[in-house]
Amino acid sequence: MAPMIAVTDLWKVFGPRAGRIVGTPLADLPRAELRARTGCLAAVRDVSFDVEPGEVFVVMGLSGSGKSTLVRCLTRLIEPTSGEISIGGEPVRAMGPKRLRDLRRRQVAMVFQHFGLLPHRQVLDNVAYGLEIQGVPRAERHRKAGEVLALVGLDGHEHQYPDQLSGGMQQRVGLARALAADPEVLLFDEPFSALDPLIRRDMQAEVRRLHAEVGKTLVFITHDLAEALTLGDRIAVLRDGELVQVGTPEDLVGAPADSYVADFVRDVPRSDVLTLRWIMRDPGPDELCEDEPLSHRTVIRDAVHRVMRAERPIPVVDGDRRLGVIDADRMLAALVSHHRQVPA
Amino acid sequence: MTATSPPAVLRVTAAALVDATRRRGFWTRTVAAVLIVATVVAYLIFRTDGAADSDDAAAFRFFDSVRDWVDANRDTSPFFLYGVNYVRLGVRLLVDAVQAVLLGLGFAGLVAAVSAIGLVFAGWRTGLLAFGGFLAFGVLGLWEQSVDTLVLTVSAVLLSVLIGVPLGVLAARVRWVGATLRPVLDVMQIMPTFAYLAPMTLLFLIGEPAAVIATMIYAVPATIRITALGISEVPPTAVEAATALGSTRWQLLSKVRLPMARTTIVLAVNQTIMLALSMVVITALIDAPGLGQNIVNALQRVNVGAAFDAGVAIVILAVVLDRITTNAARRTRVHQNRRRRAIVAGGAIVAVIAAALITINPDRLPGYTFAEPVNDLVGWIELHWYDVTEGLKNGISAGILDPLETVLVTTPWWLFVLVVAAFGTLVSGWRAAGLAALAAAGIAGLGLWQHSMQTLATVLVAIALTMVIGVATGAFCARHDRLATAIRPVLDAAQTMPSFVYLLPAVALFGASRFTAIVAAVIFAVPPVVRLVERGLRDVPATVVEAATSAGSTPRQLLWKVQLPMARGGLLLAANQGIVMVLAMVVVGGLVGAGALGYDVVAGFSQRELFGEGLAAGLAIVLLGILLDRLTQGFHDSKGPRR
Amino acid sequence: MRSMRAAAAAALIVSLTACGGATSGAGEDEPSSGAKGTVNLAINPWVGYEANAAVIAYLLEKKMGYTVEKKELKEEIAWQGFETGEVDAIVENWGHPDLKKTYIEDKKVAVEVGPTGNQGVIGWYVPEWMTQQYPDITDYKSLNKYANLFKTSESKGKGQFLAGDPSFVTNDEALVTNLKLNYTVVYSGSEAAIIKAAQQATAQKKPLLFYFYEPQWLFAQEKYVRVKLPAYSEGCDADLKKVACDYPDYVLDKIASKKFADTGGAAYQFIKNFTWTNDDQNLVSDYLTNQGMSADQAAEKWVNEHEATWKPWIPA
Repeated sequence: MAPMIAVTDLWKVFGPRAGRIVGTPLADLPRAELRARTGCLAAVRDVSFDVEPGEVFVVMGLSGSGKSTLVRCLTRLIEPTSGEISIGGEPVRAMGPKRLRDLRRRQVAMVFQHFGLLPHRQVLDNVAYGLEIQGVPRAERHRKAGEVLALVGLDGHEHQYPDQLSGGMQQRVGLARALAADPEVLLFDEPFSALDPLIRRDMQAEVRRLHAEVGKTLVFITHDLAEALTLGDRIAVLRDGELVQVGTPEDLVGAPADSYVADFVRDVPRSDVLTLRWIMRDPGPDELCEDEPLSHRTVIRDAVHRVMRAERPIPVVDGDRRLGVIDADRMLAALVSHHRQVPA
Repeated sequence: MTATSPPAVLRVTAAALVDATRRRGFWTRTVAAVLIVATVVAYLIFRTDGAADSDDAAAFRFFDSVRDWVDANRDTSPFFLYGVNYVRLGVRLLVDAVQAVLLGLGFAGLVAAVSAIGLVFAGWRTGLLAFGGFLAFGVLGLWEQSVDTLVLTVSAVLLSVLIGVPLGVLAARVRWVGATLRPVLDVMQIMPTFAYLAPMTLLFLIGEPAAVIATMIYAVPATIRITALGISEVPPTAVEAATALGSTRWQLLSKVRLPMARTTIVLAVNQTIMLALSMVVITALIDAPGLGQNIVNALQRVNVGAAFDAGVAIVILAVVLDRITTNAARRTRVHQNRRRRAIVAGGAIVAVIAAALITINPDRLPGYTFAEPVNDLVGWIELHWYDVTEGLKNGISAGILDPLETVLVTTPWWLFVLVVAAFGTLVSGWRAAGLAALAAAGIAGLGLWQHSMQTLATVLVAIALTMVIGVATGAFCARHDRLATAIRPVLDAAQTMPSFVYLLPAVALFGASRFTAIVAAVIFAVPPVVRLVERGLRDVPATVVEAATSAGSTPRQLLWKVQLPMARGGLLLAANQGIVMVLAMVVVGGLVGAGALGYDVVAGFSQRELFGEGLAAGLAIVLLGILLDRLTQGFHDSKGPRR
Repeated sequence: MRSMRAAAAAALIVSLTACGGATSGAGEDEPSSGAKGTVNLAINPWVGYEANAAVIAYLLEKKMGYTVEKKELKEEIAWQGFETGEVDAIVENWGHPDLKKTYIEDKKVAVEVGPTGNQGVIGWYVPEWMTQQYPDITDYKSLNKYANLFKTSESKGKGQFLAGDPSFVTNDEALVTNLKLNYTVVYSGSEAAIIKAAQQATAQKKPLLFYFYEPQWLFAQEKYVRVKLPAYSEGCDADLKKVACDYPDYVLDKIASKKFADTGGAAYQFIKNFTWTNDDQNLVSDYLTNQGMSADQAAEKWVNEHEATWKPWIPA
């Protein structure tokens, strides 16, 4: 299947005559040195990745790592310096203003950290804004907006103004606004970092639920590792504008590409993320196992109960194929150790 | 030469300058001292006898010839046939249309309409205020004049909004437009109202169109500036979100930027109305009808009582318009029940239509006039305070004004230019100083040196008095909350009052003299100075005050050693504002015996052979304004837009 | 009526665009024609003028059925009003040969409408008590000797010569210079301010040298004596910068706009017929200034008492 979003060799350099940097030896300089030599800041450096249809793709990095710039480059809210972007197979950088607007109106919607709601409009009209600028008649866009509001759990608040809502509810409006035009792709730029922790957790659950219900392609920017691990099918780690690692949550936690990533994931409770695949061992010759196997996709923590109670090792299978076994010793070691583990 | 000798005055100024630069370190202080000594020496060597201005300078002849050309070609030159005259005609149409609407409503209809506007947009209190205020015009017997003034104000404000809002948006959105407009607006804002009038009559003749255009020129900088501010303050997140949804540039402007800036834009309209109102009154001098005529008339008859009624009517109009617009601006932030609002608005429209059908002759209302009690009071003061007012006037004139004027007038122009450049560089940097020195040289080139220096002397004395009174009052207000609360409405009212009105009490007390202009200027400029000083002092961080107090400072030490030095920015901003306002008022004082440039301007549009001189004087005033503003500009660079 | 005017002006714009260019008078009210209409009277800033205007306006309104718009304008600006159509008539004009040349001869927008019957005198005056104390003060040659008497806060160490409104006909600054007088001309700003100063000078025996003129109601109450300047001779004031002679005597007259003269009908004829004496004017001025009457009240009182004077003005 063709990827929904394909990014190839993307660069964004801010500063005077930024175009001259890419493709020259200057581009290889570390960020600080480039800045000192040219006054330019390379916010995104040579980034490539694909996002599959229906996937939740998380871009994670500390502040200043270029993740917000990266997501804005996708629909050219920030004009990239060089590289290719295609969405739905169509090259974005070749689009004229009209086609680009159309892309933003119908195909790709975005949710912002600070919501970006229009304070002078009621919730309903905020949600309907995207349809309004497309020229959808009033009655129809209000009907559609009402539906989306119900979807995000805001029915009854249609005629309130944004400043009458709590932060979490405001972001639900932002979410509803993005959903209103029924786009194929949703971009989230740190949508929940301005919210309280409890509300943040609610909202993450909401996103998971919506993703399950509407099945859009999601690109999600965050600096919060826990959030990335909870939501992401795959996670891209960005440092100083460069991609350090792209992989599943397990890949990151189980096999960090470098010390930067390792540092990042150090405090993650491994049993919450890693699957049995990471701690199983080969069965001994003629070893007796339990009858009921465990899937290799089972997260360690979910298997604790069974493994610890079982009298014999439990086989770990991928479908019908037996990959290995897991026993209480292995389990205990995994629960207490912080050692780097290597999948068998 | 009278009383104090010039060097003594210079010594005082020198002391003040040294004081002002104290905090800039040893080097600056040394340079300042050397400059002062050099200035004094140069003055003593090169001082002139301060010859009177010729009345035949090249600049005057040039302006006269311009006038003659315009007179000869007004109905033949394409510039007039296809340009200026159409502008005049268009504005005339606008005024007529506004007038037709307001007069068409009739007395009852207009009172109802204004009350309804107040009620719907600003709440029932404001509606009530508008009702009472407009009724009062009838009671004062000034209905027609008030409506005429309102017509001109509304026309000028409409024009200003029509021109100013788009320009403001452009200034905020297009970099080069903003960069080009900024210096132009700077000059427009320091240009005293009086200086516009002669060129206006030259291009647009006399009457309502010229008055409306002059008023628009005076008011539109505020519209542009505040609109630009509002647009640039729109949160970028909302703009980005709307862009991400695929808004076109026009949709961004009409659905995001303008609606989100609307509170600020309503405030821009508010400022525009206030400025327009004060200018409309002055345009009575070029045959604009309305309350200004009553004031001009009263000035001519030295009849304070008659002017008082008109003054009260102007203040009422100002307060009503101010309250409606400020409260409307405040309301744009509050979300209202749409249906209820629609019902109220509908009811109001029905009521206005009903009222418009009723014919009430405002002349039949029970009348009241303040003329007699006020004239009695003025008579009493003249009789009993004569020695006091006369003593004050003569004392300040002979003791401060005359010596200062003598020094300035006898300073050769090139020395003045040099001194401006040198001290300007010290205080405000070489850029500002260069501009100020150019302005000074320009004044010399206009051939109005003596008059300009006389005006400057009056301005300096007035600003000194203004600062003394303003800082004292401001400091007092900052320390006594109850007093501040009591004085605030007075300051509010004072700031909504058009400058012209302040001439009257001054004339009543001091007759026709330069001191009269000084008094009027002080009354005019003190309120904003008090405000800025009070705010500056209150902005001093509480922690610092706490620390100083715990170190055992007395309240007096606290004020002099902590609060005033820390509020320096506010004080200097106040001085800069004060100077611009004082200049405007001193010039208007030409109407009441202050002479010098103000008189030249008045004479210029009332005597044909003095036209050129009048226009040159207007230009000299503008240059003087630029000079004073630039010299004090270093005080508040990067303080953001003014007003 | 206003909206009709707006519509007419709109139509005008269209027609002007069609035939090219707008003249400076475009869009202004047409002056009243034969039908009873509005007469725009300029009101110049001295009370004698107001007396003329009060009586004329009263008769036009009450006896002839016109509407009168009074416009407070200084002389020069009132003349400009002929060009723009904002002024129909000036009813007391003091000379102004330069303005007559510009507006009557060159631009042809105004016409002379004959004398008002008033004799105008402009001169330098002192209060009567000074002539008793300093008998030679009425000769300009001795003014320098007394300059110290006239010092004020505004006169910069010289004697003060008090002038009036900047718009008045004056040669005073030139006279001071050319006659080598040690005086400063100080502008009080208005007729009322001069009168006030003059009254104080008499009441409190304060020295005062001032610009004044007749007809003037104040002369009926107090005595002021004219200072003799070098006698006026024809043309001695031709060059305003070099004037060194006294003011001439003026025959005060009336000026009307050309349009008003052509289309003003009975109203124009009435203004043309208007003529009265200095005493008449002083009487009305006195009503206005000292009896606290409004223009209409003063005019009504005079009209009621002087029917024989005004009856002939009204065209048959």
